[in-house]
Amino acid sequence: MSKIMTGAEMVVQALQDQGVTHLFGYPGGAVLPIYDALFHQDKVQHVLVRHEQGAAHAAEGFARSTGKVGAVLVTSGPGATNAITGLTDALMDSIPVVCITGQVPTHLIGSDAFQECDTVGLTRHCTKHNYLVRRIEDLPRILHEAFYIARSGRPGPVVIDIPKDVQFASGPYAPPKNAQHKTYHPRVKADIGKIKQAVAMMAKAKKPILYTGGGVVNAGPTASTLLRELVQLTNFPITSTLMGLGAYPGSGPNWLGMLGMHGSYEANNAMHDCDLMVCVGARFDDRITGRLDAFSPGSKKIHIDIDPSSINKNVMVDLAVVGDCAHVLEDIVRLWRAEAHQTDPKALKAWWAQIDKWRARKSFGYKKSDTTIKPQYAVERLYELTKDRKTYITTEVGQHQMWAAQHYKFEEPNRWMTSGGLGTMGYGLPAAIGTQLAHPDALVIDIAGEASILMNIQELSTAKQFLAPVKIFILNNEYMGMVRQWQELLHGGRYSSSYSEALPDFVKLAEAYGMKGIRCSDPKNLDAAIQEMIDHPGAVIFDCLVDKAENCLPMIPSGKAHNDMILPDFEEDLGKVIDDKGKMLV
Amino acid sequence: MNAQAALSPYSSSAGKTARHETHVLSVLVDNEPGVLARVVGLFSGRGYNIESLTVAEVAHLQGLSRITVVTSGAPETIEQISHQLERIVPIHKVTDLSLDNAFVQRELAMIKVRGKGESRTEALRLAEAFRARVIDATTESFIFELTGAPKKIDDFVELMRPIGLVEVSRTGVAAITRGPLTM
Ligand SMILES: Cc1ncc(C[n+]2csc(CCOP(=O)(O)OP(=O)(O)O)c2C)c(N)n1
Ligand SMILES: [Mg+2]
Repeated sequence: MSKIMTGAEMVVQALQDQGVTHLFGYPGGAVLPIYDALFHQDKVQHVLVRHEQGAAHAAEGFARSTGKVGAVLVTSGPGATNAITGLTDALMDSIPVVCITGQVPTHLIGSDAFQECDTVGLTRHCTKHNYLVRRIEDLPRILHEAFYIARSGRPGPVVIDIPKDVQFASGPYAPPKNAQHKTYHPRVKADIGKIKQAVAMMAKAKKPILYTGGGVVNAGPTASTLLRELVQLTNFPITSTLMGLGAYPGSGPNWLGMLGMHGSYEANNAMHDCDLMVCVGARFDDRITGRLDAFSPGSKKIHIDIDPSSINKNVMVDLAVVGDCAHVLEDIVRLWRAEAHQTDPKALKAWWAQIDKWRARKSFGYKKSDTTIKPQYAVERLYELTKDRKTYITTEVGQHQMWAAQHYKFEEPNRWMTSGGLGTMGYGLPAAIGTQLAHPDALVIDIAGEASILMNIQELSTAKQFLAPVKIFILNNEYMGMVRQWQELLHGGRYSSSYSEALPDFVKLAEAYGMKGIRCSDPKNLDAAIQEMIDHPGAVIFDCLVDKAENCLPMIPSGKAHNDMILPDFEEDLGKVIDDKGKMLV
Repeated sequence: MNAQAALSPYSSSAGKTARHETHVLSVLVDNEPGVLARVVGLFSGRGYNIESLTVAEVAHLQGLSRITVVTSGAPETIEQISHQLERIVPIHKVTDLSLDNAFVQRELAMIKVRGKGESRTEALRLAEAFRARVIDATTESFIFELTGAPKKIDDFVELMRPIGLVEVSRTGVAAITRGPLTM
């Protein structure tokens, strides 16, 4: 049944029909009609952020922690340009977001009107798809299509740019039918022949490894369940990228820890020495592979991915299985069972014995201290004191992010929100707010760095206004630690602009917002202070003063191979590790 | 392999070949605003080569346009280009015509040559051999129209250069599969 309404009303109606409960946004001249339409209803809660970048990250946090599409509303010009970092972040990490932008009226487009920018032009490269709606007749279809595209296949951000005259115009609106798209039909079910081949390769493997990524999380909780089943059936060791943490439990017996640049020794060596690599929903990113021509030289590789362009992009594989991880894993598990496959127990035993030797190096180890809080220790304690609750962790970007990934063990998917592909400082606080609003009863913690947190610190107001009791746990090392570490690696320890000068007093800052501020610098007081943070019903800023000189290890230096890691017991000069070729890399 | 790839240990990909090939891709798209920008932006954004690109509507009622791109790179890169193109939402179909090499390609060129006396007769003689038509003439110039595969046009242009070539305008390649089947 179609109903006559204005464009602005259509937007709100479509959000409701798409099941949107929270819309993260910021008003302005070009979206006022939509704000007026929002005013007349209470199904969609508008969450007023304090910067449009915050809106996009909050929507990402919401989406990543629920599996739903995040929704954003911003005005034309600066509203749209401010959202671009968040959109790019969502594109890199395959997070479903629909972002509605206002635009100057159609007759002014191209005239350099006030707050005009070429939003579809600017966002073409940082969205999965985008639209400029020139006619009211197209608006209902585009609204529904945008949600379909954002969540289907490999998810991603979609922008709908709506000129103000189209928001005022009237036309018929119809609710979403079974959304189909003229041209976009991602393949979810894989070719059964490929599944058979994959199972046969897996049954023959002597030194197998599962290398999983964010695609497993994106494929929904069943994909994680199936992955766990597969691990149990095969006894394969499993590692994951930063984005895939939680798909397999961090406390599980087959877990090797995260792999890659700051991954574990056992995960990286097992990747290097395996004879079969099964990549599930990951993309052979450079943080993972290290030096490509020395990447897992002796293995056969199977790549399961919904996006055909991910296959053979960086690493050539032996078997490509194009499909949704959940469907593919289901088929593999079913076939493995039906054909009663067994892995060679002797070979697997020897492989596990080798892995245990690598494990014994304890590559996430660090020198303990009674006097200063080691950042790794802080994350460990945070984990121990929060693991029995429904806890969601977000992060900013830097050393603290890597320490969180190394030392916090995730038992469930969708509990870990971090900026992987783009590495966006300032992601964590707004993402925590989005996550908290989606899960009001959960404990949501942003593990932050003192530099990153300042990048979207204005979102404290949002947290206050919407009563989001997020806990901001700052590993304050008074440095842009990751930058400082690279300056030690590459530039003779000349700390050019990486010292965190002129920091605010974070405790007073919390108090200025009516929040609780906690400071801790003594490891003996840490547990009690963390407990105080957890027990406080409102938002908290925890200023955790940690060792200023700690480096994030282990590390595969840029340009090196997986079996060429710097371990925590490394005593030499960091500045001698990377050669000139490696220095060119990031 | 380009110079940048040689520098970076990340891009010296294991198992990739260093062969360089030229391929013709046919891309069927919805004829909507911005679709050409998406295609061109993909090539510039990811550093792929465009040797020629043509676009025109081919089915008005269905609103379909056909883009023909001539690109070059390692075979793996060209496979990547096809897959990357397929990700663009309003793209219906991407076919790499060069894969089974059963296609015909044509390009149209207009070539302006200036000269007097002996060189005019020479130009006309060569034009006849290439089946180029004269579409404009003055006492001191000709414009030739020539249709053919790009190589043929290249050859003709090279022959005209010493005679008095002043300007060339080329359409870029249009291509279609041989036989009864469609792309
Ligand atoms: C928006 C943005 N700008 C710059 C960078 C580069 N960068 C990566 S980590 C980092 C330092 C982060 O410092 P801090 O938040 O204190 O974290 P730490 O490494 O000290 O834990 C910088 C500047 C980035 N990732 N994002
Ligand atoms: Mg820091």
